[in-house]
Amino acid sequence: MQIKSPEFKQSARIALQDVNLQKALGNLKAGFPGKRAAAVARMPEFDRLRDEARDLKNHILEHLDLYLEEFEARVVENGGQVHWCRTADDARQTILQICREQNAKTVTKGKSMVTEEINLNEYLEENGIHPVETDLGEYILQLRGDHPSHIIAPAIHLNLEDVSEAFHEHHKRPKLTDPAALMAEAREMLRKQFVAADVGITGANFLVAETGSTIIVTNEGNGDLTQTLPKTHIVVSSIEKVVPTLEDMTLFLRLLARSATGQEFSVYNTLSSGNRRPDDQDGPENFHVVLVDNGRSDMVGTEFQEMLRCIRCSACMNHCPVYGAVGGHSYGWVYPGPMGSVLTPQMIGIEQAALLPNASTACGKCEEVCPVRIPLPKLMRHWREKEFEQHLTPRAVRWGLGSWAFLATHPMLYRLFSSSASRLMRLLGGQKGRISKLPLASGWTDHRDMPVPTGKTFMQQWQARQKQENKS
Amino acid sequence: MSSRAEIFANIRHGLRRSEATDAQREAVQHRLQQHPRNLIPARGQQAPEAQVELFIRMAQEAAAEVVTLENIEQLPEAVADTLESKGQHELILASDETLTALGWAAVHERIRCHQRVGQVGDEASLTLALVGIAETGTLMLYSRPDSPTTLNFLPDTHLVVLQRKDIVGVYEDGWDRLRSLCSGRLPRTVNLITGPSRSADIEQKLQMGAHGPRQLVIYLIG
Repeated sequence: MQIKSPEFKQSARIALQDVNLQKALGNLKAGFPGKRAAAVARMPEFDRLRDEARDLKNHILEHLDLYLEEFEARVVENGGQVHWCRTADDARQTILQICREQNAKTVTKGKSMVTEEINLNEYLEENGIHPVETDLGEYILQLRGDHPSHIIAPAIHLNLEDVSEAFHEHHKRPKLTDPAALMAEAREMLRKQFVAADVGITGANFLVAETGSTIIVTNEGNGDLTQTLPKTHIVVSSIEKVVPTLEDMTLFLRLLARSATGQEFSVYNTLSSGNRRPDDQDGPENFHVVLVDNGRSDMVGTEFQEMLRCIRCSACMNHCPVYGAVGGHSYGWVYPGPMGSVLTPQMIGIEQAALLPNASTACGKCEEVCPVRIPLPKLMRHWREKEFEQHLTPRAVRWGLGSWAFLATHPMLYRLFSSSASRLMRLLGGQKGRISKLPLASGWTDHRDMPVPTGKTFMQQWQARQKQENKS
Repeated sequence: MSSRAEIFANIRHGLRRSEATDAQREAVQHRLQQHPRNLIPARGQQAPEAQVELFIRMAQEAAAEVVTLENIEQLPEAVADTLESKGQHELILASDETLTALGWAAVHERIRCHQRVGQVGDEASLTLALVGIAETGTLMLYSRPDSPTTLNFLPDTHLVVLQRKDIVGVYEDGWDRLRSLCSGRLPRTVNLITGPSRSADIEQKLQMGAHGPRQLVIYLIG
């Protein structure tokens, strides 16, 4: 996927005026937060589960090498193979190699954000292998030549009409306008692909060290058909997804669906432990796990380590006022919303992604709903500090921050400045008490009026109050 | 240096140690071998009868149909009724003896039974659940020679037999059952199934029957 994160401001401006996108984003805001809240209300232990999940993730990260070694050993015992990939390029080549060994022509795919991260589809196409996305949302996007704008609801930016058009054009069938009929058509089309595929690629929500199992969590059942029917199953996942035991996986599963879709549990939670057993009648003959690092091991031991707790539930973006206003594509790469604003700079570099950790109102809602209690606003602030240290911040902002820092460390000057600025603003506001144009603040006043300061400054009020108290 | 070596070196560098200490290794081995339970929700720790009720309620909430039968001998008749109501006549049976030994001959005029893997176009399949998990109305099934996985996903209607005595409170009880059943190594796949297939990928409006079975019927026996 082409990186467009440096264009965040322009993309966001366009997104805000895109009527269709705004309509589609309305579905997100009307759905996810309410459903999550209802599911959380039915689980009185939810907050205690979150505390345990945070602590368990911290334990895992402190012993990450050990759990990964155990996982690898168990996969091999189960008849599978583990491939370690330091970079996205390593991962692409490894997967291509496995496909080539199978003389694969078509590959079915379950939903996987890691394969988006490593740009797998394009690479396979270039090398003569046809990847077929089978998750309904991903399938719609593939027909349109589009990319996911959300990590669990990839086609959230589209409306019914867009899906209807795409199916009509690609399936060469009469145009359908009923979502149920559209889904039935996709089901029919993909049935043939599931059977024809030589290789099935899925992601994994967790990797279980105790048993060498990978698990996928889905509602459609496409992931299961993807991994059951072809001769070869490749799991593409990342190193931080390892958990110690089935019990530990269960702790995260109790949080995942409730935080994501507000379901009590997703329809299909499927463990895969190796290849087909001697007398089994179906299942893949070859089982591969491709473990992608792509910058994650660099986060261990840094101020960003806490981000490695993320279980990809999407609650942070579902509750984010910025995501809700501009949608996922504005972020310009694979992972949008608050979790993306922390991960993207790590993966594509802060030089390209500097605008993302700045696209935050610091409202804290993301941290409030995170099932593993990642302090996302703090982590975004760390990236902003790095941006400043590396002199990536625009000159006007640096100058502004510098001036403010000077004023803030000289109280007399600060008071003088703030009281005169507040007087001046009241003057500018006139009768209506609002300013419609303010120099250096057009980002605010272009879209709404700036209310004028109503009373006295904090220091003035404080002094008046002290006087009052001394009197009485 | 290989990717693997580089990744491990990087992790250890981040953790500010080379090899793990004996104490750290012991902590990890202890967790893996003892697999301690984490916090268990109260709803999964009720008396057996309450668990059965909870299982039925949660399964129905997830849009599964629940049919209660006094004994497994009633199954062929009940299955024939179910399929008839859905206009279906073909049934693919898991070749488990518990199922195949039943009196299917008595209903042979209403349904045709086969024993094989699932195929595209199959109308209905019948398989056995290891346990039912009350906390979310979830079925646990696992792959083995006489229960191919394709039967759980390809047919339009998935019929599952569950013994009332096999309803447990929480997933952890299911893992224990699985461990005692398959010493040392898990079956190739374990399927936790909660209701029929669905998707909300078009405008976030929930539609039933995406790629897996459109309908899930649970026969609760005993």
